[in-house]
This record gives sequence, C-alpha cells and structure tokens, in this order.
Amino acid sequence: MTKENDSIEQLTNQEYKWGFVTDIEADSAPRGLSEDTVRLISSKKQEPAWMLAWRLKAFAHWKTMTEPTWPNVHYPKIDYQDAIYYSAPKQKISLNSLDEVDPELRRTYEKLGISLEEQKRLSGVAVDAVFDSVSVATTFKKNLSELGIIFCSFSEAVREHPELIRQYLGSVVPQTDNFFAALNSAVFSDGSFCYIPKGVRCPMELSTYFRINAAETGQFERTLIVADEGSYVSYLEGCTAPMRDKNQLHAAVVELVALANAQIKYSTVQNWYPGDKEGKGGIYNFVTKRGICSGANSKISWTQVETGSAITWKYPGVILKGDNSVGEFYSVAVTNNRQQADTGTKMIHIGKNTKSTIVSKGISGGHGNNSYRGLVQIQKGATNARNFSQCDSLLLGDTCGAHTFPYIEVKNTSSKVEHEASTSKIGEDQIFYCKQRGLSSEDAVNMIVNGFCKEVFRELPMEFAVEAQKLLGISLEGSVG
Amino acid sequence: MLEIKNLHASVNGNEILTGVHLKVNAGEVHAIMGPNGSGKSTLAQVLAGREAYEVTAGEVRYNGKDLLEMSPEDRAREGIFLAFQYPVEIPGVSNTYFLKAALNSVRKYRGLAELDAVDFLAMVKQKMGILEMDKTLLSRPVNEGFSGGEKKRNEIFQMAVLDPKLAILDETDSGLDIDALRIVADGVNKLRTKENAVVVVTHYQRLLNYIVPDVVHVLVEGRIVKSGPKELALELEERGYDWLKEEEQVKA
Repeated sequence: MTKENDSIEQLTNQEYKWGFVTDIEADSAPRGLSEDTVRLISSKKQEPAWMLAWRLKAFAHWKTMTEPTWPNVHYPKIDYQDAIYYSAPKQKISLNSLDEVDPELRRTYEKLGISLEEQKRLSGVAVDAVFDSVSVATTFKKNLSELGIIFCSFSEAVREHPELIRQYLGSVVPQTDNFFAALNSAVFSDGSFCYIPKGVRCPMELSTYFRINAAETGQFERTLIVADEGSYVSYLEGCTAPMRDKNQLHAAVVELVALANAQIKYSTVQNWYPGDKEGKGGIYNFVTKRGICSGANSKISWTQVETGSAITWKYPGVILKGDNSVGEFYSVAVTNNRQQADTGTKMIHIGKNTKSTIVSKGISGGHGNNSYRGLVQIQKGATNARNFSQCDSLLLGDTCGAHTFPYIEVKNTSSKVEHEASTSKIGEDQIFYCKQRGLSSEDAVNMIVNGFCKEVFRELPMEFAVEAQKLLGISLEGSVG
Repeated sequence: MLEIKNLHASVNGNEILTGVHLKVNAGEVHAIMGPNGSGKSTLAQVLAGREAYEVTAGEVRYNGKDLLEMSPEDRAREGIFLAFQYPVEIPGVSNTYFLKAALNSVRKYRGLAELDAVDFLAMVKQKMGILEMDKTLLSRPVNEGFSGGEKKRNEIFQMAVLDPKLAILDETDSGLDIDALRIVADGVNKLRTKENAVVVVTHYQRLLNYIVPDVVHVLVEGRIVKSGPKELALELEERGYDWLKEEEQVKA
C-alpha cells in the first residue's frame, strides 16, 4: 500500500468532532408507541381536536404499513416500541428574549459555533432553533412579520395560523405516503412553519438548526413552507448531533408549496453523528422531503450536502404541476467508514414546458456505500418537458461502493430526458501531482473533493457554502484550504 | 546542487534503475536521452519522490541534504519541480486556485509571507506573458479540456510561478508542434539563472536545439553509459542508440 492510500485512510478515519452531550433535564414520554402516545403528544402540545384527529388517522394507517426494504441499506430491525416519542427541555415559561434561554443550552450552541446572539447581531440570519423537540428561541420574527412573513415553530403555527396549516399540511406528503411519513404524521413533535405572502421577497435567509439531544429520542420534525404567488424564500437547514451509542431514528417530513411565479430555495447541510468506525451508533435518517410547484412559472430548488448519519434514506422531490415550472436537485452525499446512503430525487413532470435538473455527487470512503436513486417521470400532459440528470461518484480507496439506480418513465413524446453518469477514483496520480507542487496530501484530497463538488456548492448561499466545505473537510480530512 | 550516486530503483520488483551516477551544478542544463524503457522517466519520478518506485540502493544529495529522506511535498518546497510527461486533470479546481495554494504552501515552508490574491494575480500575469498563455486558461480547471500542447505549456507556466531551483522536464517536447516547442523552450530559457539548474529528459535532439544543454547523458538499461557535450545529441540523432548498447555489451 502506498503512502497516498495511507493518507486517504488516515483522513477518512477521522472521528466525529462534535460529539458531546448537553446535560439538560428532559420531560419525556414513556417508551413505546400506541394511540395513547399520540394523544399524549397532542395534549402536551395543547393541540386542537382537528390536529389530534389528523395524527390518529396517520397512526391508524401506519399500523397497516410495513417498513420498506427496497433501499440499498442494511441495519438491524428497529423496535418501534423501544423508543421515546416525545422529549422536551423542561422550561415552563415561554421566553421573550434570548437572555431567558437556559444557559446550558446556549453553551451547546456556542460549542457548535452557532451562538444565537452572534447570529442575530452579525449574520442577518433568522434562526429558529429546534433543540430536541421544542423550539426555544425565535429571532428576527418581528422584522419578518412586518412584511407579513410568518416564520415560527410548527406548534405555534398550529395555534396561531390553523387555517394555513389545515390547508397545506399533508397536501404534498399525505399522511399515508410512506411508512416513515405516516409515522412522522402521527407523532411529529415540532418543526418549522414558514409562509411568504404574495409578492414578497424574503429579505434574509431563513435558517433552522436541528439538534438531537436527549438519549434514545426519535426525532420527528415537520417543516412546511408555503410561498404564495410571486414570492421568494431561501431556507437553510443545518444539523449536527452529539455522540451516541444507540442508533437514533430520525424521520422528518418537509413539505414545500410554491404557488404561481413563486420560488423556494431549500438548502441542507446535514452532519449528524455517523456512528463510529465500526458503524456502532449513529443516526438513521429516514426523511421524506417533497415540494410542489403548484402554480405556473414556479420554481423549487433542493440543495443538500449530506455528510452525516449512519444511514441516509431521502429523496427530496418536486412535483412540477404548474406549466413552465422548474425543479432542481443538487446533492453531495458523503459516506465514510460504515455509513450508508440511498439518496436521490423524484421529479414528476405534469405541467407543460416543465424543466428539471439533477446534479448528484456521491463520495465514498472507508467501507461507505453510496447509492443514487432517482425517478424522472414525464406524464402524458407534460408537453415539451425537459430533464437533465448528472450523477457522479468519487471513490476514495478500495473498500467503498457507489451505485446508481436511475428510473425514467416517459409518457410524452415531445419531452427530452438526458442522463449522464460517471464513477471515478481519486487518483494516486492526482495526489502526487498536487504534492509535487508543494501541497500536503490532506490539502490535495481536500482540493480534489471540493473540486468534484463544485457544481453543488455554488448553488448554496455563500455563508452556507463555506460551512459545507468545512463539514466536508471534517468528514473526510482536517481542514479546507 | 544535485548528486546521484549508484542509484538503484525498482517498481513491482522489476529493477529499472541499475546504478545511476549524475552530478548537476547550479546554472547547468543537463539532457538525459535514451531509448524507450531505459529508465529516463523513472529517474525523473524517483527524484520527485513517487512512492510507487522503490529505491533499493544508492544515494541522492540535494543541496547537501538527503533527498531520498524527504517527502514529495517537501522536495517540491525545497525547490524541485517536475514538469510531468502526462499532466493530470483536476476537475472543478481552477488553475489559479491550485497555483496559489501551491505557491503559498511553498512560501510558508520557506518562512515567507503568503501572497494575497492581488499580488498573486499581478505576478501570474507577468509570468503568463513569458509563455504567451491564453488568459482563459487561468480560470479553467487544472488541465481539464486542455490540448496536449496547452498542458505542456501549463507545466512550464507553473514552473515559472513556483520558481524552482532544480527543474526536471520529463519529455516536455512530446506532443508539441514546432511553434509550441519554441515557446516552451523560450520560456525555459528565460527562467534560467546562475542559481538554478534544469534536467531535460527527452527522446529527441529537437528540443535541445532550443534548450542548449551543457552536458548530454545517455541512459541505457537503467545506467548512464555515456556523457558528453551537446554534440553527443546530434550523434545520437544520426546513429541511434544501438551502438551504445553494443559498446555496453562489449564492456560487460
């Protein structure tokens, strides 16, 4: 084995840097899942009857479903009765300012480098911080509300904006959509809601930091973003989680609705605990993300950088219903050590002249296994629909894997679908070339990997792109130059 | 500057270099010629520190230091530059970004301040003039989509930016047309000083019309079998290498 391989190995063997546990008393539901659990969650959150009924319907359906086995991932069977479905930091009074937030909680954020104060003062990013299951602080709300923008926790939206929730909740991902979406619909704890009124361009990037903290608590986030006619919003989601021994289940649902001429840009940087080198511990990330371009000329873009989780199972998709609507999916997925990812997108073309672009970059190191799975469906009425897909895989070393499963269904003869795929191995030649110019192997690997991901990174908002490069650096090597 | 003594090197158990002796002083240009498979490129790669080649015996001193003990990146930072015969592509990484990172890594090693973007670009522009490079090559990814000639020119451009003490040109002339050959050779000549040295590895005498060597060495079966003044290159062009091989066999 050459030194170059050694250095790749060394870099890919790096451990998760952000594993620490915050010591905060949690108010948890008893272990297990039944109708009573669903009722308990609903009552804890003081929900109206319609919300409980919606949850119960989802639960009843979930009981009839079985876990999907088609993804190219392997994990021990999950005992759904052995998990805790609700956990909230014990804070009895609601907060008016950041100063009232539990200092222990604040320190955790500071360790992650996302001090809310700093966020507030310097970055101009409004942060709805979801710590475990309850939103503890929401900033910039005032500024946003002056524009008529609603950005709040999901529970608050259920209380304050029931008409919007009732209209749009489940309109993109129905309760019965799939096993994990149904589970989420029954027991979702909290999440974010965002509404941009007609013609409003949201002046700042909206951002939520999720963090799974209490031991053995499944996280069931629910996000709903509605962009009314002619509006624009860019939403950032970034995640890290502390070190854990036992696998943690995360089954979130994200729904996006873009009305006519509206545009939603949804960016994710995901860095959950991937498990140790042997694959022990780590988050199971089973997420349903979907958007609908319901009006003409609307646009939804998903950009994701997935570096964490033991298992990633997600297919952020776009239903292109409105004529001339546009769907985009840009993805970087990293699997290292024993990580497994089965991820991709679904582009469903219904309207005329609809366009979709898919750029997927998979990076595998260690014993990681990376699968791209994508569906491009052109329905009968989607005259002149266009799709372009590009799936590239980069392998670091000899023990990792990359797979591509493209599904293409075309029912309209005027449409055009293109698919390109490539697999390459980070070359000893490339690394030696860099070293011969004076770069260290670490910088060389970094540069090559970042170059490989460039098409995706440039779709991210600037400050997020920097963070994404950093995360990629952390999962594969020391630092990004 | 460079002193090679009895260098033996093998790859996958096959001995390629079988006892090379070579001494290069500052300010000199040495040409290494030889038939296919004689070990010319291996010698270049071993000097640059390619791990795939195993040095089984011998010694290489570079400015008084043990070169073989140094990592490839440290050799580069100490001023050894290899112009590759087949420069690799690095998709998505712009030529400018790559070179700036490389230069600053070298400068840092030498205890110099890193150059900021403004100073770097000013310096780069000046160096581009030497090689009559197209400006668009700067923003394009390293070697990606470059023609063979552009790649070779880019190597010498990198050499100009990194300003090495010892430059090793591994068949830089292959794949170049006459005009490109002249530009590349002119570039190398302009970069020559009393302090630096150039080792030119080539098959053909053609390049040596432009980069005139002080000494020509002939490598046969992993050893330098003959050294002489620049006229030796012309003789080789005329007579080929077989007579040298025969001489070797007679000696053996």
